[in-house]
Amino acid sequence: MTQQSAAETILAVENISLSFGIMKVLDSISFDIRRGEIRSIIGPNGAGKSSMLNVINGFYHPQEGSITFKGETRKQMAPHVAASHGIARTFQNIALFKGMSTLDNIMTGRNLKMKTNLFWQALHIGPARLEELENREAAEKIIDFLDIQAIRKKPVGKLPYGLQKRVELGRALAAEPELLLLDEPMAGMNSEEKEDMSRFIIDVNSEFGTTIALIEHDMGVVMDLSDRVLVLDYGKQLADGLPDEVRNNQVVIDAYLGVPHEH
Amino acid sequence: MTFFIEVVLSGLMAGVMYSLVALGFVLIFKASGIFNFAQGVMALFAALTLVGLMENFGFPIWLAIIGTIAVMIALAWLIERVMLRHLVNQEPIILFMATIGLAYVLEGMGDIMWGSDVKVLDLGIPQGASDWMLDNFDIYIEKLEIFAAGTAAIMVAFLAVFFQKTRIGRALRAVADDHQAALSVGISLHTIWVIVWSVAGIVALVAGIMWGSKSGVQFSLSLIALKALPVLILGGFTSVPGAIIGGMIIGVGEKVAEVYLGPFVGGAIENWFAYMLALAFLLFRPQGLFGEKIIERV
Repeated sequence: MTQQSAAETILAVENISLSFGIMKVLDSISFDIRRGEIRSIIGPNGAGKSSMLNVINGFYHPQEGSITFKGETRKQMAPHVAASHGIARTFQNIALFKGMSTLDNIMTGRNLKMKTNLFWQALHIGPARLEELENREAAEKIIDFLDIQAIRKKPVGKLPYGLQKRVELGRALAAEPELLLLDEPMAGMNSEEKEDMSRFIIDVNSEFGTTIALIEHDMGVVMDLSDRVLVLDYGKQLADGLPDEVRNNQVVIDAYLGVPHEH
Repeated sequence: MTFFIEVVLSGLMAGVMYSLVALGFVLIFKASGIFNFAQGVMALFAALTLVGLMENFGFPIWLAIIGTIAVMIALAWLIERVMLRHLVNQEPIILFMATIGLAYVLEGMGDIMWGSDVKVLDLGIPQGASDWMLDNFDIYIEKLEIFAAGTAAIMVAFLAVFFQKTRIGRALRAVADDHQAALSVGISLHTIWVIVWSVAGIVALVAGIMWGSKSGVQFSLSLIALKALPVLILGGFTSVPGAIIGGMIIGVGEKVAEVYLGPFVGGAIENWFAYMLALAFLLFRPQGLFGEKIIERV
């Protein structure tokens, strides 16, 4: 614990409030993510978990609060700022480029690593070609890491669900992110696929040192993987702490199991 | 037999001319889901600018072409700034209406800047019948049309490599596929839109040059966009090869129909045959020959 709190904070959100019209989606949420940890966000459906990730990566702009990422404080993020500063993500409902091959999808993840301008690109010679080859190599490494060599050339729209999730992780990894946001990476998977995905998440975290923010419904997985767990319910922050603390927290148990309202 | 081949060939060549226009539509539709009603006017505008630069400023051909490309890129940038940026996430029909407005703005601008009289566009593209074809095969075919076909082939090969093999090409396809996912990997929608409208502008310039050389640069040039519609329906709105092959089918179809069916119904089939063909396609294969299948989940 002491060792953990000494770790550098990579992201801190403070008093984030987000509403759509009269609907309050996030109500004054504050938490931080430390470099190198696996940080889970859990909560019942509609708790605001995905909205929180959308705020972090700049899809949603909160009305109040601030986001501090790598020491820079902003009122809100913009998607390209988030991406270019090292935040990558996957989506709850897979958002792959369905008409493109696995390799091309992962190559898009390297978009920001490639710099040659339109001129060289259009001619497809010189620096553009060299750059393409270098990045192709990086993409192949990720393909090996995720063990998806066999589907390299297949259009991803035709792949089974579990593999699509894996390709999406690959695209996020291709950007070599410092902070990786995973929105229900195991939703709809069978137990074997879940085990594979858990292993990948642990490997990414330990081998590449990538910080991970994870939304997941499978409590077994969350308790096994996470360093710390944040609990949301109806846009409010219910609890924040070590997996064991959260598991035994009465408020959290009530939120999940539901308690009869006292009148 | 020679006559039949001649009819088919001239149909193919006319079809390529349609394809050139359809290509511009496909590019913009692919990358942004916008049906750009102004594509025909963009061809007119590009041709007018080209002629204007040559006549009024005495630019040599190569400089006038570079100048026109620069104007088309500036135009793309302006369109993104003034129009598209403010219409993000709007319904397709609203974006479509905006492009109708754009068509009138461009038409007016072309008129104001370069006047409305018919202009001759002479870039030194060979005119008249190809003697070689006439001597060897006894087939009549226009040199300009051969030239247009060659240009279209080069342009399509270029676009194919650009789309498939480069980062920006991939980014274009990514944006076409899924906006959010594209944003999450750091692709800027604004830049992509400027690029794709620029490319469509350059394609419009090529179409404008070909049609302008054939029939003079005049307002009716913008109406060739109407002929591109059946081509798009046949080839699919999202497919570059579809635009080419669709154009050829329409071209050959209407020539063959005119020559062989025309006499039985009193002629002039050529004017409506393409639209009938498109109608039939809408009934049986609405996504076109090469378009992505439209699947709606309920």
